Amino acid sequence: MDMPENTHGHPEPSYLEYQGKHKGLKAWIFSTDHKRIGLLYLYTILTFFGIGLLIGLLMKLELIAPGQTIMGPDTYNRFFTLHGVIMIFVVVIPGLPAVFGNFVMPIQIGAPDVAFPRLNLLSWWIYILGILLVLSSLLTGGGAPDTGWTFYAPYSFETGTNMLPAVLGAFTLGFSSILTGLNFIVTIHRMRAPGMSWFKMPLFPWALYGTGWIQLLATPVVGITLLMIVAERTLGIGFFDPDLGGDPILYQHLFWIYSHPAVYIMILPAMGAISEILPAFARKTIFGYRAIVISTLMIAFVGYFVWGHHMFTSGMSGTALYTFSLLTFIVAIPSAIKVFNWISTLHKASINVQTPFYWAISFIFVFMVGGLTGLILGSLATDVHVHDTAFVVGHFHYIVFGGTGFAFLGAMHYWFPKIYGRMYNARRANLGWLIFFIGFNALYSPMFYLGVAGMARRYYDYLPEFHSGNIISSIGAYVMATGLVIIVVNLILGARRGEKAEANPWGGKTLEWSVPSPPPLENFEKIPVVTREPYDYSA
Amino acid sequence: MHEHRDDTASKIGMWLFIFTEILLFGGLFIVYAVYRYRNPVAFHLAGEELNVIIGAINTVVLLVSSATIAMAITAMQQGKRRLSVRLLWVTILLAAVFMVNKYFEWGAKFEHGLYPGSDFLYSLSQGDVLFFGLYFAMTGLHALHIIVGAVFILFVIAYIRKGKVHETRWQLLENAGLYWHLVDLIWIFLFPLFYLIH
Amino acid sequence: MSEHHNEHTHITPFKTHLLILGALIVLTIVTVAITWTNLGVWNTTAAMVIAGLKGTLVLFYFMHLKFDQKIYRVMVLLVLAVFAAVLILTFFDYLNR
Repeated sequence: MDMPENTHGHPEPSYLEYQGKHKGLKAWIFSTDHKRIGLLYLYTILTFFGIGLLIGLLMKLELIAPGQTIMGPDTYNRFFTLHGVIMIFVVVIPGLPAVFGNFVMPIQIGAPDVAFPRLNLLSWWIYILGILLVLSSLLTGGGAPDTGWTFYAPYSFETGTNMLPAVLGAFTLGFSSILTGLNFIVTIHRMRAPGMSWFKMPLFPWALYGTGWIQLLATPVVGITLLMIVAERTLGIGFFDPDLGGDPILYQHLFWIYSHPAVYIMILPAMGAISEILPAFARKTIFGYRAIVISTLMIAFVGYFVWGHHMFTSGMSGTALYTFSLLTFIVAIPSAIKVFNWISTLHKASINVQTPFYWAISFIFVFMVGGLTGLILGSLATDVHVHDTAFVVGHFHYIVFGGTGFAFLGAMHYWFPKIYGRMYNARRANLGWLIFFIGFNALYSPMFYLGVAGMARRYYDYLPEFHSGNIISSIGAYVMATGLVIIVVNLILGARRGEKAEANPWGGKTLEWSVPSPPPLENFEKIPVVTREPYDYSA
Repeated sequence: MHEHRDDTASKIGMWLFIFTEILLFGGLFIVYAVYRYRNPVAFHLAGEELNVIIGAINTVVLLVSSATIAMAITAMQQGKRRLSVRLLWVTILLAAVFMVNKYFEWGAKFEHGLYPGSDFLYSLSQGDVLFFGLYFAMTGLHALHIIVGAVFILFVIAYIRKGKVHETRWQLLENAGLYWHLVDLIWIFLFPLFYLIH
Repeated sequence: MSEHHNEHTHITPFKTHLLILGALIVLTIVTVAITWTNLGVWNTTAAMVIAGLKGTLVLFYFMHLKFDQKIYRVMVLLVLAVFAAVLILTFFDYLNR
């Protein structure tokens, strides 16, 4: 592990140089310091993001022309399953909370660490165990599963592929996610600095608080559902097998009772990060702080009750259809409130245009595209037409990759100087962003058109009339990947040999900017006393 | 690292963990509710295969064990360490009684060929297959929690011996109690749902 | 942060625990007895109401909620409400198929 030297002239060693009981790699994988654990997650997540991305690029290569290009249907099925399982359970769900939640949140609330540091380390180890279980499905038995990341019954207990390790891996990853959420909720309840009342807390911790509750209350439901799939396969209990009286649609209910709130596990921390970045570069206080807090809690709460919109064509009762459609429209309101508040924050601001700001502003754009196409899917009549088409893939990636991914990269560029104590090259970072942004839109926007025209998702093949749209999309994928390579190489170079960063390079007002970059092991020499609002730019 | 101790934090943490357990069983309760609604007669008849007396005895056993661990906390808070340890052993003993009863109960079902995957069960109606599938899954998962709870209590006893849990520091004991009551709480609902279907 | 505050100085006496245990056992007998009478659909309702009552006793006394800070009660109520809402919404489907 490469560690920058101590240069900030601070008497205390930074968390990167601190020497505890262990040395070398052990000093990291056995460290209970929230900052080191955050980086452990960062490196793991980036590694698996790379793998998931590679699988995605291969799928886009397959789709560059109709017919079989580089792989057959069987391989393609396994590829989209692996892409989904890795990206959802290993990359996006832990994503912002495990990396930046761990690194930044305790400092933002003025705490020396999370409430349960050892449990925090255990979460990472359980996370690694889950990854190993998922990966073991590749090498043993019938090979990688081919059910899609949703493991829908009854196919999930009929397929000859290696379901058990994948399902148990997803279960284990869920457990890790629960423990992280639990840790954060207790931390936010108990360890806020003196004077930091709930409504003086920055918005990123608020977002993590809402996320934590979703992690706690939704993840166990998918946990037990996955265990039921295991029981179905190993013991022959007929939970979802229609031959034994089970109802496959009930599986869909249980799966989405978790997996819809899981989308909010992905997007809430992303919204939190954007709410941190915007005021720092608009150099003024966030517009409608309380409205953003309340909309965060509303999203977390209402988000539990919209899962049925994934099942509009499953054969659910009419009453359920109307109810879930209505609730889906209601949950769009708090998201819109946030967008209006972010835009109002920029109104009449003298904006300091830097790389994190580009990411934040492009986040708002792609999130709006994703959100508005979501309403098309939330309306019963239009959903029947575009259900299970490329339209859904486009919408989903605009929200999850566009939303969470842009916010992750924005947060990375925003907190990078704090994490490494060094600065990346801003020009290269901006160039990477531009190429990424163009590639991203070229990749996913044709999918809306293709879906409406009738191209089904999850096939390795398509009708010839969809060829031109797919060419644009596949080329976009490689343009986006090029941008990503520039971004990542630039960040690695920055971490190794970038200019030394000051404690507060952006002029941020939240507490993490009041400590040295990189922060010392205990974060604060003396726990601060908070008297101001979190985004008070008046002074 | 500095010694950091916050009893309230660990108590909130325990409660949050209990919430996840409630939702874990909650998923199974949803499945139960749906299938009972769709197979009312089969569930009624299958329920009569279960022994109400053993079920009721086990209910009382668990209720008493909940009371004993609650009293163990009281004893510890009053400084009666030996009494507290004794009450914890009684709790573990009652857990063992519960498991022995469960063993005989499950054993009888297996003898009659009423277990998931048996040819006899598959020859019955779909409602029966679902009922016994859920019965074994839910009481099995519950029994697993009994074992985990008992091991948790054993740990607490060891900590009391080592002097790490005492009259001014009993949060770990209280957490074990909370966990044990959760196990009881779930059984309070499992009992009428499986044994007392009318 | 090495100070430890035991906000819960309330110690439940043995007598309360035993009284609650007695009530729980009585309720168990009642719920078994009700099974042997025929109340139609009310049998299941009665069984669930009694189970709810027993659960409340366990939560409030054995699990100490009655004497804890309000936040614990709020959290428990919230969790149970979310679960109930999820169950009801699922039945929006099954009741109307």
